[in-house]
Amino acid sequence: MRVRAEKCVVAFHTTAGAMAMEAACKAAELPGRLIPVPRSITAGCGLCWAAPPESREALEELVMKKHLDVVGIYAMIL
Amino acid sequence: MIYLDNAATTRTKPPAVAQAVLEALSSYGNCGRGGHEGALSAARTIYETREKLAALLGGPRADHVCFTQNSTQALNMAISGLLGPGDHVISTDWEHNSVLRPLYRLRDMGGAVDFVPADRHGRLDYGAFESLLRPETRAVVCTHASNLTGDAVDIEWVSRFAKEHGLLFLLDASQTAGVLPVDMTALDIDAVCFTGHKSLMGPQGTGGLCLREGLEIRPFAVGGTGVRSYSETQPWEYPARLEAGTLNGHGLAGLCAALDFLAETGRETIRAWEDALARRFYEAVWNLPGVTVYGDFSSPLRASIVTLNIRDLDSAEVSDELAERFDIATRPGAHCAPRLHRALGTENQGAVRFSWSWFNTEAETDAAAEAVRILAREAAEA
Repeated sequence: MRVRAEKCVVAFHTTAGAMAMEAACKAAELPGRLIPVPRSITAGCGLCWAAPPESREALEELVMKKHLDVVGIYAMIL
Repeated sequence: MIYLDNAATTRTKPPAVAQAVLEALSSYGNCGRGGHEGALSAARTIYETREKLAALLGGPRADHVCFTQNSTQALNMAISGLLGPGDHVISTDWEHNSVLRPLYRLRDMGGAVDFVPADRHGRLDYGAFESLLRPETRAVVCTHASNLTGDAVDIEWVSRFAKEHGLLFLLDASQTAGVLPVDMTALDIDAVCFTGHKSLMGPQGTGGLCLREGLEIRPFAVGGTGVRSYSETQPWEYPARLEAGTLNGHGLAGLCAALDFLAETGRETIRAWEDALARRFYEAVWNLPGVTVYGDFSSPLRASIVTLNIRDLDSAEVSDELAERFDIATRPGAHCAPRLHRALGTENQGAVRFSWSWFNTEAETDAAAEAVRILAREAAEA
């Protein structure tokens, strides 16, 4: 298994929310990728955005600016 | 990519499917709307698709195959169109949310539902069917095979039970249509709900219900049908009764081609190949240290699914590692099957589901087993 490292993780209410995040991050040239949502956020299914921890501020700004539909932004070891 | 998420949708389709959709996109009018060649071409193909599905599922008549977007819509139509306040339903812990949520909604509207329980190994307690009976029980609604473990319900047994007690029997064949045998006439099944994009290998956006004659379903939606336009009510004849609005003619052309492929190749040939691959994988991983496989592999008839966990690792993490490092596509999490996850004790961890189709190979299967072996070893060393 890969070496775990701290990540900034953004979770969403819907898959559409995850797609909007990916599109917004791509347009803003912010790093990260979609991954299956970890059980520590929610037991179930879905996608979340995992990014380097130093991008948190930029991600928060993007979420506010684009009114993205997020459940929360977390610092996690993944 | 090694695609082993065929229980979610078959990614590789027979080549004729894409070709049929492409041809339909450039030539079809709207089925039942007009008598020109474009409209007739669409109508002919759609009718042919009904005929092939009725033959495949043992349905009594082609015009009792009604099309929907998917299984979920078909199940909603059947459950909400046949049952109502005061009715009691027996279902199982194996169900997908496509059955559970319509049943929970029925319960919230004054109906009642009980579930045949699954034990810690996922096995259903068939004795519970009898004990859950009530005077107001009207139907059994159940899956043909669990989308989580691949285990199949003994539908002959359920059919006998339903018949003995005068109950409707609605079958969710989402994971089995085109692979496991279904003969709704022989088994007295009232409605078989299916999707086109999984084991039938057709396009997404296709699905439907195959109904027995005399089954009276209240329409879920009403609207344009291309016939009896001055009537204020929905035509009562099937399939128009359940098909308000334009059908997905382009998608159904693809499904029609997929059904041809299935008939030419042979359902049993396809089942045997998928089953052999799934069992090959199972045999390679079931006794690896730290690996837990769910489901009953002693049964000869099952969907080609193997679901597992590695130690206490998050299934999302394992599935992501399989995708990123080994380029193997699987499905982690809850699989819309909350009751069975609770029964298996995997509600928090989820599980990693591997699922096969006709187009998978032994080499892909072996590569997936090797990836699990590597991850299990690394997890043990961590």
